[in-house]
Amino acid sequence: MRDAFVRSLFELAGEDPTVFFLTADLGVFIFDDFKTAYPGRYINLGIAEANMIGVSAGLAASGKMPYAYSIAPFITSRCLDQIRVDICYHRSNVKLVGVGAGFVYGSLGATHHAIEDIAVMRALPGMTVIAPADPLEAEKATRAIHDLDGPAYLRLGRNNDPVVYGSEPGFKIGKANIVRSGKDAAIIATGTAVYSALQAADMLDRDGIDVRVIDMHTVKPVDMEAILQAEEEAGALITVEEHNILGGLGSAVAEVLSEHTGVKKPFRRLGLKDTFCTSVGTPEYIREQYGLDPKNIARTIQDILADGSR
Amino acid sequence: MKDLRKHLEERALTLRRHTIRMIGKAQSGHPGGSLSAADIMAVLYFHKLNIDPKKPDWPDRDRFVLSKGHACPVLYAALAESGFFPVDELLTLRTLGGRLEGHPDMRKLPGIEISAGSLGQGLAVANGMALAARLDGRKARIYVLMGDGECQEGEVWEASMFGAHHKLDNVVGIIDYNNLQIDGFVSDILEIQPLKEKWESFGWHTMEIDGHDVMAIVEAFDAVESIKGRPSMIIAKTTKCKGVSFMENKAEYHGKAPSGDELEKAMEELSCIEMIEPDNKEGC
Repeated sequence: MRDAFVRSLFELAGEDPTVFFLTADLGVFIFDDFKTAYPGRYINLGIAEANMIGVSAGLAASGKMPYAYSIAPFITSRCLDQIRVDICYHRSNVKLVGVGAGFVYGSLGATHHAIEDIAVMRALPGMTVIAPADPLEAEKATRAIHDLDGPAYLRLGRNNDPVVYGSEPGFKIGKANIVRSGKDAAIIATGTAVYSALQAADMLDRDGIDVRVIDMHTVKPVDMEAILQAEEEAGALITVEEHNILGGLGSAVAEVLSEHTGVKKPFRRLGLKDTFCTSVGTPEYIREQYGLDPKNIARTIQDILADGSR
Repeated sequence: MKDLRKHLEERALTLRRHTIRMIGKAQSGHPGGSLSAADIMAVLYFHKLNIDPKKPDWPDRDRFVLSKGHACPVLYAALAESGFFPVDELLTLRTLGGRLEGHPDMRKLPGIEISAGSLGQGLAVANGMALAARLDGRKARIYVLMGDGECQEGEVWEASMFGAHHKLDNVVGIIDYNNLQIDGFVSDILEIQPLKEKWESFGWHTMEIDGHDVMAIVEAFDAVESIKGRPSMIIAKTTKCKGVSFMENKAEYHGKAPSGDELEKAMEELSCIEMIEPDNKEGC
């Protein structure tokens, strides 16, 4: 996803002279083309995220559109008050881009895992929150937030992300993509968890269980219609996210269900259970440790369908 | 020159009168940092800033960033006196449905370049504005008013490094150095000295002036215009609550409105009794 973002941003910068790229000393070499082609609009601000957010707000106040980039925790919680005041309060046209969704930086340890970023960004008034599922979707999202007037947070994987879309997906902010149809159960997932959800659906298919997979790329504003439709049509609902279970996608879905129809079908949220990932390893290893791997997703659906309880 | 001094001193007095009347009427607000900055604000708004109240979004305008957002009463007064909105509106400070909030909101009031209230953030925003102005080839200068206590925030020093590294000579910082913060003297709570040496070592052209001498302020702003290749910081020595003798240099008036006899005495000292509309007298 990172390379897809870099490519799209380079194209956008060619089309729109207000596009700036700001980084807090991250990903510097992969942006060499941007730096060479648009030297005045590439700024490495050093390891100083708070100042980067302020500079972004100042640029936006002067009609520019900065994309400010770092590892997900450092572009979100590290400089939260600056995002809140300098960007959201002003409805500044600043785009925040975090790489390393969930435990993409698995082996770097908990400081580098992004497990609260969705919750924290979702709580900010006016902030749009997008977590693409794969590189093609990341390209679309990079462009979509450019066309959006206001702040956005783009939560990216890194590289070697799984491929969900064989061809260019449709993409509209706030409109989920149904990537697999089915009615026995529905999995609502976001970001890299969409691929795990699809794998789980394939496993269940072998047992004759027909599972819908919804790519909720926009966690805010969440697609209420897709959620309510799944609740109505599927026999059970689960959410999957590489994020803490508090405040992320699962919470957003639960909020919609509880306020509209009441939770009538069996419903489970899969995510980190209010804990840091203290296991260090590859993303696959961490997924297995914390029950976010395809096998456990499939097992959860089998269990709730067998049990039938809410 | 004498006329300019007289003119600016009168304007500063007007800003102080408005400040006390607004905060007195609202019975809440931060008088201390507004009164200490009144002379600086008078020089900026009535002599230095290249702004046009009829075109608040004019791209070539100078920018004024109030980083210490709690001093907004004096900013509101300067904006109203400059013609950005009616002077009468000043007495709506902190009232229900009003545009003059306890910290400034750029989406509500013309002339506010950036909302503020959380300290330490203005200089970074000014850096962004300065970069944009330079890239667009505009002559605009970006002025930022900061508090001395505010220099305890880490972001100030991130922004300081950035301004020097990028040679933002269109940025002019002013520190309202009244040596008081909420809980007492800055030097007792978390010392920021040696402040001039700090800014100099961070690569800024730095000056120290008397922040209540309007001509010293004028000369400092003029002098830094010829500084090229680095930003400038003017450390203005001031007195908190300057102009109201019994409030001066007292931490308790950082965020407390004078009331009753105190308010009457304050208005007397600023000779602003005659400025009160009869129907406002009680409220003031």
